Amino acid sequence: MDIRDLQGYGSFFMTIFLVVMLYGYIIHLYRSEKKGERDYEKYGRIALDDEVTSTPVEDKPASKRENEKEKK
Amino acid sequence: MQANAALEYDYSLAKKFTFLTILFGFLGMLVGTIIAAQMAFPELNYLLGEYGTFSRLRPIHTNTVVFGFTVSAIFATWFYVGQRVLKVSMAESRFLMVVGNIQFWLYFVGALLATVSLLFGISSSKEYAQYEWPFDIVVVLVWVLWGFNIMGLIGIRREKALYISVWYYLACFLGIAMLYLFNNMAIPTYFATEGLGSIVHSVSMYSGTNDALVQWWYGHNAVAFGFTVPIVGMIYYFLPKESGQAIYSYKLSLLSFWGLMFVYLWAGSHHLLWSTVPDWMQTMGSAFSIVLILPSWGSAINMLLTMKGEWNQVTENPLIKFMVLASTFYMLSTIEGPIQAIKSVNAIAHFTDWIPGHVHDGVLGWVVFMVMASIFHMAPRMFKREIYSRKLMEMQFWLQTTAVVLYFTSMWIAGITQGMMWRAVDEYGNLMYSFIDTVTVLHPYYAIRALSGVMYLTGFIMFAYNIYKTMTAGRELSEEPQFRTPMA
Ligand code: HEM
Repeated sequence: MDIRDLQGYGSFFMTIFLVVMLYGYIIHLYRSEKKGERDYEKYGRIALDDEVTSTPVEDKPASKRENEKEKK
Repeated sequence: MQANAALEYDYSLAKKFTFLTILFGFLGMLVGTIIAAQMAFPELNYLLGEYGTFSRLRPIHTNTVVFGFTVSAIFATWFYVGQRVLKVSMAESRFLMVVGNIQFWLYFVGALLATVSLLFGISSSKEYAQYEWPFDIVVVLVWVLWGFNIMGLIGIRREKALYISVWYYLACFLGIAMLYLFNNMAIPTYFATEGLGSIVHSVSMYSGTNDALVQWWYGHNAVAFGFTVPIVGMIYYFLPKESGQAIYSYKLSLLSFWGLMFVYLWAGSHHLLWSTVPDWMQTMGSAFSIVLILPSWGSAINMLLTMKGEWNQVTENPLIKFMVLASTFYMLSTIEGPIQAIKSVNAIAHFTDWIPGHVHDGVLGWVVFMVMASIFHMAPRMFKREIYSRKLMEMQFWLQTTAVVLYFTSMWIAGITQGMMWRAVDEYGNLMYSFIDTVTVLHPYYAIRALSGVMYLTGFIMFAYNIYKTMTAGRELSEEPQFRTPMA
C-alpha cells in the first residue's frame, strides 16, 4: 500500500469519525434533555436576567461561596 | 469597597476601552480611506515623503483596525458582558481591578508606540504580524493580564453556568494566545548574523513554504478568533438582551461553537491555493472552508430566529436593525469566503480586489456594525443617560449601509475584471493585456471605493459624536433600562 492509498483510507475513516462525532453530540444534547438530566434552553435566560442581584440560573454550590466568604 | 453600599456592576474598565475603540476606529478608518484614495489617485502617495506612502500606511490601517479597534472592543465588551452574565461585579475584587487597569495602560501605550513604529518602517513584514518582537512581548503581556481577568472573574462568579458568550471570549483568548506566539517566533538579525544585523529587526524562525503555512494558519485564524469568535460572543449577548428574547436555540449555539472551533483551524491553507504547499493540504483547506458554512450559518440563523415573532422591533428599534444587518452580512461573507476557497474560483480571485472586497463586507458590515451596536447598548448603562439622538443613528445606519454596498460591489466588479484580464490569452496563447491595462480599467471602481470610505468614515464620526453627546448631554436616567435601549 503506498502513501496515496493510506491517505485515501485515512481521509475516508476520518470523515466517518467526524460525522459520527457531530451527530453523536447532537443526539447527546437532545437525549439528555429528553431524559430530564439537563435543560439547555434555560441557560438562554442568563443574558436576559443579569442583574448582580438576580438569582443565578444555576447557583454555584452554596458551600463553595461560603468558603470564599470565610477566606475574606 | 463599602460593605453596605448596594452592589453594582463596575463599568470603569468597559468605559475606558470604549473610548479606545472609538479612537482607534477613527484612526484606522481614516488611514483606510486615505489608502483607498491613493489607489484611485496615486499622486496622493507623495504628500508626506516616505511616511505617507501606501506601503507605510497599509500596515498601519490593518494593524490599527485589528489590534487597536477590534481588540479594544473585545476588551470593552468583555468588561461589560463578563460581569453581567457571571453575575459578579469587578468591584468585588480589588485585585482584578488593578490587573485590569495595568492591562489598559500597557495596552494603550503599547498600541500607540507600535503604530508609530510602523510609520517609521519598523516591520517584520508578515501580514497582521508586522509588529517587531519588542511589541510582540507587550502584546503577550497584555493578553496574559486579560487572561488573569477572565479566569479571575470566572473564579468568583455567582452564576455557575457559563453563558455561551463567555465560551466565545474564552476561545478568543486561547486561540489568539496560541496563534500569536507561534507565528511571531523570530530571531533579531543581530543574533542571526554574528553582530552584523540589528537588534530590533528580526527574521522569522520558519522559512519558505513552512513560513507561508504558519503565516496563513495564523492569518486566517486571526480572522477566526479576532473577527468572528468574539463578535459572535457579542451578538449572543447583546441581541437577546436588547430584544428581550432568549436565544432561539441554546443547543444550536453549543453545536455551532464546537463546529467553529474544530473546523476553522484547518482552513488557513485556502490562502495558499496554487502555491508550493503540498496539494493535499490545499485541498484540505478548500474542503474545510466549505464545511465552515455550517457552523457560521448555524450562529447567524440562530440570531435571526431569535427575532421570530418580533420582527416589528427591526422597524421600531434602530439598534436591532444594526444587529440584524450585522448577522446578515456575517452570512454573506461566510458564504463568499467558501466560494473563494474553491480552487477554480480562487484561480481567478486570488491577488485581485475581490479579496479586500470580501474582507470589508465582513469587517464593515459585520464587525464594525456589531461593535457599534454593542457600544450603543452599553452607553446608557455605563453613563446612566439616554442615547442622545435616534435620528442621527438612523442617518448613520443608512449612510454606512450604502457605503458597505458600494465598497464590496465595486471590488467585486474590479476583482473579477482583473482576474479575467490577467489570464486572457489570444488564439496563439499570448497574454492579451499588460498589467497597466487593468489598472486603467479599474480606476472608476477605485474611485467608488474611496467614496465609500469617506461615507463610512463620516458615519463613524456621527457615531462617535452621538456617543460623546450621550455622555455629556443625554437625558439622565433614574434607573438602568432592562431591555430596550432608551433614545431621544
Ligand atoms: C472607512 C473604512 C475602510 C476603508 C476605506 C478601508 C480601505 C482599505 C484598503 C484600501 C485596503 C487595502 C486593499 C489593497 O491592498 O488592495 C484595506 C485592507 C484591509 N482592511 Fe480596510 N478599510 C476600512 C475599514 C476597515 C476595517 C474597519 C477593518 C477591520 C475591522 C479593515 C480591515 C482590513 C484588512 C484586514 C485589510 C487587508 C486585506 C487583505 O490583505 O486582503 N478595514 N482596507
